[in-house]
Amino acid sequence: MRREAFINAAIFTLLLAVPLWAYWADQPFTITLATRVAIFALAGVGLNLALGLGGLVSFGHAVFFGIGGYAMGILASHAQSYTPLMEWPFTLNGTKSMPVIWLVATLSSALAALAIGALSLRTAGVYFIMITLAFGQMFFYFTISWPAYGGEDGLLIYVRNGFPGMNTLDPIQFFLICFSLLAIVLFFMARLAKSPFGLALSAARHNEKRVQAVGIAPYRLRLVAFTISGGITGLAGALFADLNRFVSPNMFSWQTSGEIMVFIILGGTARLFGPVAGAALFILLEHFLGGLSEFWHIYLGALLLVVVLFARGGLIGLLAGREVAHD
Amino acid sequence: MTKPILDIRGITKSYGALMASNDISLDLRAGEIHALIGPNGAGKSTLIRQIAGNQAPDSGSVWFNGADITKLNTVARARLGLGRTFQISSLAMEYTVLQNVVLGSLGQRGKVFRFFGNVMKDKALVAAGLHALEQVGLQDFAGMRTSELSHGQRRQVEVAVALTLKPKAFLMDEPMAGLGASGSKRLMGFLDGLRQQAPILLVEHDMDAVFALADRISVLVYGQIITTGTADEIRTNREVQSAYLGTDDDTEVAL
Repeated sequence: MRREAFINAAIFTLLLAVPLWAYWADQPFTITLATRVAIFALAGVGLNLALGLGGLVSFGHAVFFGIGGYAMGILASHAQSYTPLMEWPFTLNGTKSMPVIWLVATLSSALAALAIGALSLRTAGVYFIMITLAFGQMFFYFTISWPAYGGEDGLLIYVRNGFPGMNTLDPIQFFLICFSLLAIVLFFMARLAKSPFGLALSAARHNEKRVQAVGIAPYRLRLVAFTISGGITGLAGALFADLNRFVSPNMFSWQTSGEIMVFIILGGTARLFGPVAGAALFILLEHFLGGLSEFWHIYLGALLLVVVLFARGGLIGLLAGREVAHD
Repeated sequence: MTKPILDIRGITKSYGALMASNDISLDLRAGEIHALIGPNGAGKSTLIRQIAGNQAPDSGSVWFNGADITKLNTVARARLGLGRTFQISSLAMEYTVLQNVVLGSLGQRGKVFRFFGNVMKDKALVAAGLHALEQVGLQDFAGMRTSELSHGQRRQVEVAVALTLKPKAFLMDEPMAGLGASGSKRLMGFLDGLRQQAPILLVEHDMDAVFALADRISVLVYGQIITTGTADEIRTNREVQSAYLGTDDDTEVAL
């Protein structure tokens, strides 16, 4: 417990210190890498609530990542072309304000998660994996064939959205925004894991019959967890779109779902900082191995095999040892 | 006569040609231990599942506290006050013993959708959990991981979790199974007093325990209750003897 808390603090500090150093050393690309880590970590933290704590192996979290991305893309594209989203029954304009975009991204992806969860949580195991994957593919092909917002080509946003009092085009300032959101969500997750809801949700993963026998319905626990999970991943999607100033159907692809899952597996399932460690490792591998070979995914695959076979707790599990029952 | 707490009326359940439950009626009254015995394969587990709500009967009904609960699922039945213990210990093994009973008291209290406070620092929930552990004599093991307990201790935690639900009736599926002589004796002493709190429908293989504890005993053979009576009546019933007790080939009957 103590040891894991120490490791978490170290990862947290490092993720903040490296870009600050890069800012001082004038290495903007490193700052962008760190920003990617923070955003991917946030997406992973979202999935980790469903997958880690809830035991729901969702292979469709790209849906929420994508909805978050398109929420940003749609709002910002209308704002930059000065055309309203709709004029009847009332006029609704686009926006370039990050807080508004975040709110819309989080709420719409949470709503989608509620609907998708309500249907898919009636199944379990492989069927659940397949049905969430199917929803992901549905959204993917829908955006490809939806010409209003770029279809296959996606949407280009010329100027990054704004945050009151900050210059978001400055890499370090945008990093700090993403990092702060990650920190807030991690704090919320740490509390949630120990809350009555966290205890019951996690118990439903360990033993569904037990939870039912004490009069708690696992379905409702899971649906709420899935909804919050989708909302967080959606927020990450909006940030990712803002980082690239570009949205494309690729955000909805099953590879995206897989990558978010890989962050968790690499870092440590159900560990608070698992997705953070996993996303950092993923970006580092992508950067350094990607420099060696275009086919760096081969090495990633080999590493995943090693983790799954020999280090079930992922990076955090390897460093902190067996998970201690929380007190 | 007072109205029964749990009243099973004419339950029938068949799997193809096999009648697992054949027009079963039995009831559980306040303050009693009603034991259900029968050879392996007699349909005890099927009956328990229908009472707990895991399985729906083909016909017949289950009444609890004067209400028809036949259509309710396990969660709703637990919330009404049916405290169940499982034949095979069904606990969150990675949790500490205390977490398991706190989960029980959380289920009893409700208000599960709280996302902030630390549940293990909730004084009321923890106190209720510890009290249940004290009742079964496991308070010293509260901080231990459940998977590290002995088989017998897990059975006691199982009973403790049921206690946290403050049930109106207990449904216990072989609580003595796997307990040593001393553990079995202690649990018997405990169940003996527990019947005043809430009546117990006890499915048990340990005949000594059944005859020592039960106010009434029902004997289930081939999905049918062949007789219900006091320990003495059951002991001297010839039908029971031939079907189940005292015969050398009782394991054959099971098949």
